[in-house]
Amino acid sequence: MPDIDMDCCESHTAQGVTRRSLLMGGAAFSAWAYLPKFARAKDGRDPRLVVVILRGALDGLATVAPIGDPDYAELHGSIALTRDGPYAATMLDSFFALHPAMPEFARMYRDKKAAVVHAVATPYRERSHFDGQDVLESGFAGPGRLQSGWLNRALEALPRGERVMSGLAVGPTTPLVLRGAAPTVGWVPPVLPQAADDTAMRLMNLYSHRDPALAAALSQGLQIDKIAVSDSGMKPKPGMNGAGAMRLAAKGAAKLMAADDGPRIAALAFDGWDTHAREGGPVGRLAQLLSRLDGAFAEFESGLGDRWRDTVIVVATEFGRTARINGTEGTDHGTGTVALLVGGAVHGGRIITDWPGLKAANLYENRDLKPTADLRGVIKGVLRDHLGIGDRVLAQTVFPDSAAVKAASGLIV
Amino acid sequence: MARDPQGALVALNRFGFGARGGAAGDFSSAASDPRGFVRAELDRPGAALLDAPGLQSTPDLAREVFDYQREVRQQREMAAKAAQSAAATPDDKSADEKLEPRPEAMSGAMSPDAMQPNPPRKEPKPLNVIQKTYRAEALARIQRATMAECGFVERLVAFWSNHFCISANKGEMSRIWAGAFEREAIRPHVLGRFGDLLKAVEQHPAMLFFLDNQQSIGPQSRAGLNRKRGLNENLAREIMELHTLGVHGGYTQVDVTSLARIITGWTFAGREGRLGVPGTFVFNANAHEPGPQKLLGKTYEDVGLPQGEAALADIARHPSTARFIATKFVRHFVADDPPPALVAKLGNVFRKSDGDLKAMTLALIEADDAWHAPMTKMRMPYEFLVATGRLMGRIPEDPQRYLGGLNLLGQPLWTPAGPNGFADTNAAWAAPEGLKLRLDIASQVASRISEAIDPRMLLDVAAGEAASAETRQTIERAESRQQAFALLLMSPEFQRR
Repeated sequence: MPDIDMDCCESHTAQGVTRRSLLMGGAAFSAWAYLPKFARAKDGRDPRLVVVILRGALDGLATVAPIGDPDYAELHGSIALTRDGPYAATMLDSFFALHPAMPEFARMYRDKKAAVVHAVATPYRERSHFDGQDVLESGFAGPGRLQSGWLNRALEALPRGERVMSGLAVGPTTPLVLRGAAPTVGWVPPVLPQAADDTAMRLMNLYSHRDPALAAALSQGLQIDKIAVSDSGMKPKPGMNGAGAMRLAAKGAAKLMAADDGPRIAALAFDGWDTHAREGGPVGRLAQLLSRLDGAFAEFESGLGDRWRDTVIVVATEFGRTARINGTEGTDHGTGTVALLVGGAVHGGRIITDWPGLKAANLYENRDLKPTADLRGVIKGVLRDHLGIGDRVLAQTVFPDSAAVKAASGLIV
Repeated sequence: MARDPQGALVALNRFGFGARGGAAGDFSSAASDPRGFVRAELDRPGAALLDAPGLQSTPDLAREVFDYQREVRQQREMAAKAAQSAAATPDDKSADEKLEPRPEAMSGAMSPDAMQPNPPRKEPKPLNVIQKTYRAEALARIQRATMAECGFVERLVAFWSNHFCISANKGEMSRIWAGAFEREAIRPHVLGRFGDLLKAVEQHPAMLFFLDNQQSIGPQSRAGLNRKRGLNENLAREIMELHTLGVHGGYTQVDVTSLARIITGWTFAGREGRLGVPGTFVFNANAHEPGPQKLLGKTYEDVGLPQGEAALADIARHPSTARFIATKFVRHFVADDPPPALVAKLGNVFRKSDGDLKAMTLALIEADDAWHAPMTKMRMPYEFLVATGRLMGRIPEDPQRYLGGLNLLGQPLWTPAGPNGFADTNAAWAAPEGLKLRLDIASQVASRISEAIDPRMLLDVAAGEAASAETRQTIERAESRQQAFALLLMSPEFQRR
């Protein structure tokens, strides 16, 4: 059987901890006894790599908006970003604009320490979150491969140095991307509030269709009027949406990775990107999420200190969202999206894309941004040029049967 | 036989503890023959007995408590002596050492120190023998419920244990005895005769202690005359009101007093063992009220212990008892408002079979009413947590995880607020705060499942084709496995029975 733990409520009442403190866990962080090939290279580089998985499928067209594309504004409708107005998007070049909730990323982009890969996707072309996440994290071309993840297999390809860190407390489950034969250790932020609002709202929706009595009870229990599933939009509630969770996880991870004998590689997963309804434009639900992600970048930058210059953060999601907004001012499951690269070792200030255009005929299945880049190629480029893993290993082991997908060049300074 | 998915859901949830994820075949087994699946456990010899290594008998546990209490007393005396001599030569340092270690400051949670691999945890106080026993008994019970194929027999045990409840909060004696009471008095009889169950329960030291009968003295008995102590009606009243006839079962205050007199002298041997082996049931003739007693219109001659046993046997056969038990049984397994026809049917079986609980139980699972009634009842917290553990395919190793959850959800194990046990209606368990807490717990459990788990597969394990399209869609559309699993645990298919 899979490894699951029913560690739901140990001794909490005995210690007088409130039920709020149940809402812990969510991100995992790992380290191991492998050092990047460049760790002792002559130029003194000691690379750090952070992989951030955004679960739920990020709207790439809302994160880095193709404002110059004549079809964008109409497709994205009421939630489209604009050049002007009170919440103007940040122009990254004459065509693409960054969501205004990401000032840190904008600054890093200007400093050429952040880059965008647009119209990118994994090889997955269906619309199931689970399967899409399997493909993203396993590194295989199709779903159902759950034994190990590409980041773990990349680790195995690294030279085995002395154990750079040991004795970390094992935290919640390791993301698939980091599972496998290479040993990992976990760490859990001391208190990481869980983003439970979305789960509660989905449950409310199910109860309202299937079980009115439970719906009534749960609605009272949640004081759902305050959570605002109504048309008033989803206002953030302190302590419930995990406002500080991403920063907290980033801060802790950075602190650990900054140490000379600290882990060189980490993976984190953030939930909450499944924006089917009331996604929001420059402000709103997605804006909050992007703002927190942006804050996590800042935490990594300050926490890693001198190591920041040797760091690459890769942000990826299982797939994108539809180009057109739906009837509830959100977006549904789509295909092409963005990947973000951040860090002192990133050759940034660039938007890397073979832009497919947003004309109806150019959309994938008349719905989605058509992917023109394979995410595996982007990651291969990072693994090769940042950690020193060879092309053959990348094509056979890290991303099996991917010889046709070439590693992107020039991503690393 | 045609495959019956809805019947499988009823078999697994209404009568059992839900499907086991590790076995993955429970739903199919249940669907091919729902009644047979539920019935199968009943025919296994000694199906309800529980004999795990390390679990001790009630007298052995009594000795453990007595030893423990003596140790505590000796330590206290030594400490008092030490304090006396210390008072002669004041020493600030020793006073400081007595202070509890201060918990880590919360504001330091994100400081560099808090980034240590293993944050310093306050050393927990070692468990005493009473706590250890309580946990071991709980673990044995939870493990049995988690591993049982259907769990129907364990559900019966839980039902009867709640019907004849004691509270582990009454004192050290009852906490250490709570598990043994269930193993010794309840389990051997849940598929036997009600009269035997009743006698075993009312003569068990844990029940006598819980409802104060060891203090009850016949006023005209030798002890009563000597010590001027008298009757305690507590046990007699609860026997009639809660255990047998029911509150409107046709008895009067006079009957309560009569029964209290009849069972005077029912007690357990104490620490000194004057009446017998400490911790065993004994009849103390010195405390027994002499003379005949009239109870429910019948006179019982004073023949000592058999006087009370005869009275209990008659009460067990009383028509009110049959009605009361059948009603509670159907309310637990079928609906808050028990279908009257089904109650009547079970009541008849109970009466005609002289309280044969296996016959009544079989009548329940043979009755179409029991299978076709809508699944409106909410799983009790214990059922919810056990069902969750079963679906995860995990053999419980640490009872604290369950005990903590039960405390949070308002069903602390073997510790109801009163002798009427935990409520058995939706009003108690489908309450807003309780539901929100279940969601918190479900999310917490789900946050630890691994990516190797496919919640869509687990929905099939738990509810098969009986899962609603809405639930299936909700799970399929969840943004992560963890969220999907939490939603599955909270779905009507998992919460209702």
